[in-house]
Amino acid sequence: MALKKDFVKFDKVDKSYDGKVLVVKDLQLDIEEGEFVTMLGPSGSGKTTCLMMLAGFETPTNGEIYLDGNAISSIPPHKRGIGMVFQNYALFPHMTVYENLAFPLRVRKIPKDEADKKIDKALSMVSLQGFAQRMPGQLSGGQQQRVAVARSLVFDPQLVLMDEPLGALDKNLRESMQYEIKHIHESIGVTVVYVTHDQSEALTMSNRIAVFNDGKVQQLSSPDALYEKPVNSFVAEFIGENNTFAGEVSDISGGKCKVKLANAEILANPISVKGKGEKTTVSLRPERALINPNDKMDNIHSGKIEEVIYHGDHTRVRINLLGNSEFILKVPNSSSNLDIKLGNDIKIGWNSEDARALDPK
Amino acid sequence: MSSETKQILTTDGIPLEVSLKKAERKNKIKAFLLVAPLLFFLIITYVFPIGDMLFRSVDDKMVTQMLPKTFKAMENWDGQELPDEEVFAAFHEDFIKLVEDKREGKLSTQLNYTKNGFKSIIKKLRRASKKFEEGNYKEQIMSVHKRWADVEYWRAIQRRAPEFTGQKYLKGMDMYVNEEGKIVSVEEDRRIHRVLWLRTLEIAFFVTVFCFLMAYPIAHLLATLPMKYSNLLMICVLLPFWTSLLVRTASWMILLQQQGIVNDFFVGIGLVADDNRPEMMYNKTGSYVAMTQILLPFMVLPLYSVMKTISPSLMRAGKSLGGTPFVAFWKVYFPLTIPGIGAGCLLVFILAIGYYITPALVGGASGTLISNQIAFHMKSTLDWSFASAMGLMLLSGVLVIYWLYNKIVGIDNIKLG
Repeated sequence: MALKKDFVKFDKVDKSYDGKVLVVKDLQLDIEEGEFVTMLGPSGSGKTTCLMMLAGFETPTNGEIYLDGNAISSIPPHKRGIGMVFQNYALFPHMTVYENLAFPLRVRKIPKDEADKKIDKALSMVSLQGFAQRMPGQLSGGQQQRVAVARSLVFDPQLVLMDEPLGALDKNLRESMQYEIKHIHESIGVTVVYVTHDQSEALTMSNRIAVFNDGKVQQLSSPDALYEKPVNSFVAEFIGENNTFAGEVSDISGGKCKVKLANAEILANPISVKGKGEKTTVSLRPERALINPNDKMDNIHSGKIEEVIYHGDHTRVRINLLGNSEFILKVPNSSSNLDIKLGNDIKIGWNSEDARALDPK
Repeated sequence: MSSETKQILTTDGIPLEVSLKKAERKNKIKAFLLVAPLLFFLIITYVFPIGDMLFRSVDDKMVTQMLPKTFKAMENWDGQELPDEEVFAAFHEDFIKLVEDKREGKLSTQLNYTKNGFKSIIKKLRRASKKFEEGNYKEQIMSVHKRWADVEYWRAIQRRAPEFTGQKYLKGMDMYVNEEGKIVSVEEDRRIHRVLWLRTLEIAFFVTVFCFLMAYPIAHLLATLPMKYSNLLMICVLLPFWTSLLVRTASWMILLQQQGIVNDFFVGIGLVADDNRPEMMYNKTGSYVAMTQILLPFMVLPLYSVMKTISPSLMRAGKSLGGTPFVAFWKVYFPLTIPGIGAGCLLVFILAIGYYITPALVGGASGTLISNQIAFHMKSTLDWSFASAMGLMLLSGVLVIYWLYNKIVGIDNIKLG
């Protein structure tokens, strides 16, 4: 079965609520059939608006959205056949779990015995058999969440939208629900568009992540590419931890560039800089910088330890390095022989390949 | 409360529990003292008047005290034929005393409530009694007027013997105890109260329905509009609250009268002929219109407070799951507003059932309610016990409705905000 590359397609979509500010700007986004795509971004970045446009609760100001090749802007929400999980579950409080799940089937006039089978299946998928006659108010947050997921899937939609569904759960429950939703997605192969502002959630669950900021998709790529190869400083900053140096390109050649800082010069990997004299922000992941580096690394500098924070599996070390007093290192705690003490001077090294010279902030 | 403490000491005597009780008792006393002023206020302004009303409505001591000897003598009378001399003599003795105190007029009024025709014969008896000779009062009294020789009238007097009576309640239902002691309805052309009760229920019911139909969309709009608009709308809803009831009713009179603004408008757009202006006031229509407008906020506010708590995502969920907007509304939104509907309807109905000023001013003859009748008896006939009885009937009607509501919907399901 050939999976459609552009099962969901946002084509040059603009959205404005007040006619003055564009909440979504020229959005171009293709989602493959069966894919788990997460829209990730800070609040106000337009990600929920995109989801609402896809669900049909908002209309695009300009452009068109296609679902399975059909333009859907003029189709009302109840005819789109898209399952949706809402931020606060939106379970109908006056109906039992069974009735909640039966709602989408009843409005589709599915015969009762067939509907019962589907409901059983959906409930077992979220391991909530035996809860059919409970009222939503009698369930815990996690159980309500599962009912909401089951309800969005019970009528076999091709596409399921999830709007920060785990936002109201505590940390442990959130993590286990992440895996559960991921497994459900894998087992039934439904296309999922997921909105969250929690980057770890996005990294764990998604096939691809669209990082939103300022109404635009900053980067759309797989979780590892997003983390390892951010294309601009917003993404680098937003995803994971990040050490930055602001400077100016002084030389660029052979896939490397020299960046002149206030009182030093470092080697970096030119990503979005083209020529000499350009301002840039160099981004380096904390785990890519090593203490007491070997000589193969082409950046070796020394700094003073300003803070040591014990984190159990690793220790975070804050160093004043090349004028950046917020430089963070993550040191695995197995290497306890290292001489990490407050006030010590240590040598730090990294490969220029990992130091990405991006657009200036 | 001290006995409770003692009990715990004697049964298990755990010092911790005792001290806990003590600590709680302090708080309880504090809490009680805080609510005490309101409690006393309620007792004085609510429990006492209602108790007094209840008492007044059944109190019938007046006649009992005016004719003590008569009633004592009547104890042996079977009521079949005219009472014997003993009763007449006792009645004469009581009556002379009343004449001396100039209270025979009150007696005639009271007895007239029981049976028409006492007024004149008591007047005649007062005049004649001055010339009465001692002994054989039966003959002498019977000769004053032929009604005194009618056993019916003596039975009527006997019926006033008990200190308490429920006859005012029967009168409120257009019924009375007839000569045989059976409860029967009055003649059809004299049944005024039943019509009024039914009309009161009818008007209260329809006013509730109209209020509901108008308030539901308003409340929904209030709950869903952005804050800056909803505040303005809320003020519009509340504005009538801040205006005097009389002013509002009077303005409806200006609007609805035959030469009024609404009629002028209808004539202006050619809906009705100038010489055939519809009467919209001094009838039921007037009561409906004015009462609906005045009671509308009482429906809007409970509905609004309930709708405010319904998350808009529920309707969205309903739609995203495939329900048409109507299905989503009917299956999801509407059931969730039932507590507000219940509260609003109960509130409006109960207020409407006892409404007084507005129907009195714009209701005319066909638009007045039972409360107007109560007021009439309070102010004009001064038959307070009858007014009390009808007031209590109204109150118990309200309690019955409350009980029914509790049975059908459940009172926990009510939400006033």
